[in-house]
Amino acid sequence: MSPSSAATVTRIATDSGPGSAPKNVLHLDEHTLEIVSDSGEGAQKCGQIFASVSAKMNYGVWTVEIIPAEIEPPARTAAGASGNLIRFGRDKVTNWGDETNLVVAFNEQVLLARHRLDALSDDCIILIESKWAEDPDAEIRQEWQDAMEEISDRNYRVIPVPMEEQCLTRVDNPRKGKNMFALGLLAQIYGYDVEKISEQIRAQFAKKPPEVSKANVDLLELGVHWAQENLDLRIEVPRIETDEKRVVMNGNQAAALGAIASGMEFCAMYPITPATSVSQYLCDVFERYGGTMHQAEDEIAAAGAAIGASYAGKVALTVTSGPGLALKTEFIALAVMTEIPLVVLDVQRGGPSTGLPTKVEQSDLLAALFSQPGDAPRVVMAPATIEECFHSMVTARRIAKSFRCVVIVLTDANLASGQQQFQRPVLDERWHAAPANHRAVTSGERPYDWDPDTGLSRRIVPGQPGGMHTVTGLNHDHDSNVDYTPEINQLGCAMRSRKLAVLQQTMSPPPIHGDESGELLVVGWGSTKGAIEEAVDRVRAEGHAVSSTHLTFLSPMQPGLGEIFSRFEHVMTVELNYSDDPAAPYITPENRRLGQLAFLLRAQTLVDVDCWTRVPGQPLRPGHIADALRRKLSAASETEVRVNE
Amino acid sequence: MSEQLRSFFGCGLDDDRTFDLNDYGDSIPRWCVGCGDHGVLSAVKRMMRDQRLLPERTVFVSGIGCSSRFPHYLDTYGFHGIHGRALPIATGVKLSRPDLDVFVVTGDGDCCSIGAGHWLHATRYNIDMTVLLLDNAIYGLTKNQTSPTTPEGFETNTQPHGTYLPALNPLSTALGVTNASFVAQTADWVPAHLLATLKAAYEHVGFSFVRILQRCPKFSAPVFSEQARTPDLHELLFHSDGITVPSLDKIYKHRLEHDPSDLDRARSLAEDTERTRLGIFFKDATRPCYNAIRHLPTYTAAQNIERLNRELDRYAV
Ligand SMILES: Cc1ncc(C[n+]2csc(CCOP(=O)(O)OP(=O)(O)O)c2C)c(N)n1
Ligand code: SF4
Ligand SMILES: [Mg+2]
Repeated sequence: MSPSSAATVTRIATDSGPGSAPKNVLHLDEHTLEIVSDSGEGAQKCGQIFASVSAKMNYGVWTVEIIPAEIEPPARTAAGASGNLIRFGRDKVTNWGDETNLVVAFNEQVLLARHRLDALSDDCIILIESKWAEDPDAEIRQEWQDAMEEISDRNYRVIPVPMEEQCLTRVDNPRKGKNMFALGLLAQIYGYDVEKISEQIRAQFAKKPPEVSKANVDLLELGVHWAQENLDLRIEVPRIETDEKRVVMNGNQAAALGAIASGMEFCAMYPITPATSVSQYLCDVFERYGGTMHQAEDEIAAAGAAIGASYAGKVALTVTSGPGLALKTEFIALAVMTEIPLVVLDVQRGGPSTGLPTKVEQSDLLAALFSQPGDAPRVVMAPATIEECFHSMVTARRIAKSFRCVVIVLTDANLASGQQQFQRPVLDERWHAAPANHRAVTSGERPYDWDPDTGLSRRIVPGQPGGMHTVTGLNHDHDSNVDYTPEINQLGCAMRSRKLAVLQQTMSPPPIHGDESGELLVVGWGSTKGAIEEAVDRVRAEGHAVSSTHLTFLSPMQPGLGEIFSRFEHVMTVELNYSDDPAAPYITPENRRLGQLAFLLRAQTLVDVDCWTRVPGQPLRPGHIADALRRKLSAASETEVRVNE
Repeated sequence: MSEQLRSFFGCGLDDDRTFDLNDYGDSIPRWCVGCGDHGVLSAVKRMMRDQRLLPERTVFVSGIGCSSRFPHYLDTYGFHGIHGRALPIATGVKLSRPDLDVFVVTGDGDCCSIGAGHWLHATRYNIDMTVLLLDNAIYGLTKNQTSPTTPEGFETNTQPHGTYLPALNPLSTALGVTNASFVAQTADWVPAHLLATLKAAYEHVGFSFVRILQRCPKFSAPVFSEQARTPDLHELLFHSDGITVPSLDKIYKHRLEHDPSDLDRARSLAEDTERTRLGIFFKDATRPCYNAIRHLPTYTAAQNIERLNRELDRYAV
């Protein structure tokens, strides 16, 4: 053991003398903690319970799952780190912040994984299972020492905790119970109501025999007790009471519930991370609402079945992620061509190809807009928060139905598994489509009675006497008869496209965060909203004229963008997708490949939109965004100086 | 849909309309002169008339190909989809609207090549629909490319020195799939048999798969021309539970009694291609139907909102 790491550990160990009452309580407006373990040791469950209880205590909460890339990664490896990060605070929390202030780690290897990702603050408090330091296996003892050495360049406060030893006093298999012990430590450190947590545990294990809840609550209490006796550490975060009715859930749950609330009646899917949990949830509950969940043989068939159901009069949904979206493209074009309403939920992950299956990215934007043969206009929208995951499903269904079009909803792995509380939705019958009406079709009514101005038309569905016709992916006229004439092809394309313009005219310009004009405008979309706004606030606090705006609709784009952009000297996007680093070899302004939104905005507005994008496989940090904004601002002022000279 | 199911869904039965052939469509198909698809279309219309199918409650779904133009020539509801994907569309239609009679028309390329994955799974889902495979042993629409059912050695534009591999056997393929419930074969050149087969297929509750040998005088004429002229190259499968067409007995000398509940024999008869066997190879109405298993009650918006509110309570802070 190197002297320095030895010093770190011993110094801190003496810090927490047994039974000493906390000398000083830290008062903070917010705190970010995480709990990491080998996969299967329950850190995720521990984190989820802590987050739910925090939300129920009216803290603002944002969580991020730490997901290993494999199902059963080897134990005690950095690659296997699994857990949950929770940022909570007095005010609303909109992103995962910059760094973690407190970690509970079940071994030093998973801790190293977080350390190496620069995920921990310099003064991070680390509660770590102590048994590895004295493991009978010399190799493990060595690994522990190496790890302590590696982290010794930081001012972490490492507190070894005999988790397993303690748990063994209550249970035979500590691997199964450590997470509850850890929860107890957190409860004591943050002064949470143990009864509230016990309630949450009982709710989690409601389907199991009562002994299971009891054993878990025992371990929770053991953790609380141990912390009372041994930890000189209390952190207090104030909270604001509110009467607002709220719910707490993750984005996939919100999207699934939103689909039900919207009156959707049919969903077809093929399992794919990170969309699977939407489908699994619907598989569990959709039937209670008369909704059919169909697990198809592949993504193509899932899109086909959804289109078939929708053709037959239901509004259907298909749930997928990037690779699945790629497979559905031909069917999406068919839905566009036949004007069959369809909602596609794409929970984006890292790409291309199988890419980063469990990790977040915003790389499907251009695919969602353009990956069809021919001109296939469709609506693309991107919720930015978990609340919006719920409501965007309602909006998507309504648009799909009233505009007879395809709506692609882009969420991502960050929204999918992150938990946040939001105002409880007030459900409304008007969100549902009117029940199918198989009235007879009057003579003269046609399957594509395009209004010549708006392109809108009313659907005729099977079962309606007198309305028989064949829909076709071939070009067709008002009667759905195949027609190859130039005029009708031009008309059909125009009518399908016109609907987007009509929809666009019903929208308002996106709101501006910050001043209405200034030096730099940051434009974002999707789950990065909270991080971008936090970054903008920090840079504004330094006196810079920076604002941001966030687009909910990517196709058609909200109105007024050109006008808004003209009020700022510079416009840049911040996105979680790839763009060339302008300073990289061979990269010139002419050949630089841009972030996907930047690419679209330039085409849309003729403004020289710059971008700062990254593909870290994790959400963006507000601190990193703020740095990028500062660099942009100083580069801009340098060029100005040069120009003035 | 069988009468039994119709009464279950309460549709059609109270409707005593009768129809003539033209009620099911009177447009002139754009298939080549002598194309077997014409005969199939006539037989389908006849079957619909005889069974009094309601045009507004009947949906024909197809993929892409000459054969897949079929729905355009009918005055029922139709869905002319994309290549190979008629079965998933039909699956969605029937799952969400069990009151509709669903037919699928597909070609040998459409079903056995690009859509083969769906074919296998649709067979296993055993959703109540009637599937007509118009097998002309060639890609017709795209003009003379080898299909999975093109006979070995047959020259096409993509395998000009003769098709490389032995043809895929759609009957034994279908019969090999778990939960297959109805597999039959007929030919466009034996109209009476074709009609009887369509009727039996329609009446069967489940996934009724009918391979129809179909002449394409344009590109694969030699494949079927001799057969179509020579009744002795055929063998009719008959059974009290299968199909019997007495009017054919005089011409078609080779007849074989085959109990369609005998799956093993069905498989060996299908495997042996020495003779062109027409009839029902296999039929089992007791196999589970996915659409029946998945049938759900419907609720009002108000009921659903009440339930969803209870679900939201679980997430309440
Ligand atoms: C995705 C896709 N690939 C290829 C085609 C071209 N294509 C159209 S029909 C067809 C084959 C048709 O053969 P078959 O299914 O046997 O029908 P037939 O014309 O013989 O009735 C092909 C390859 C297409 N339309 N779509
Ligand atoms: S090409 Fe063959 S299958 Fe197509 S219409 Fe002509 S004869 Fe029929
Ligand atoms: Mg063919």
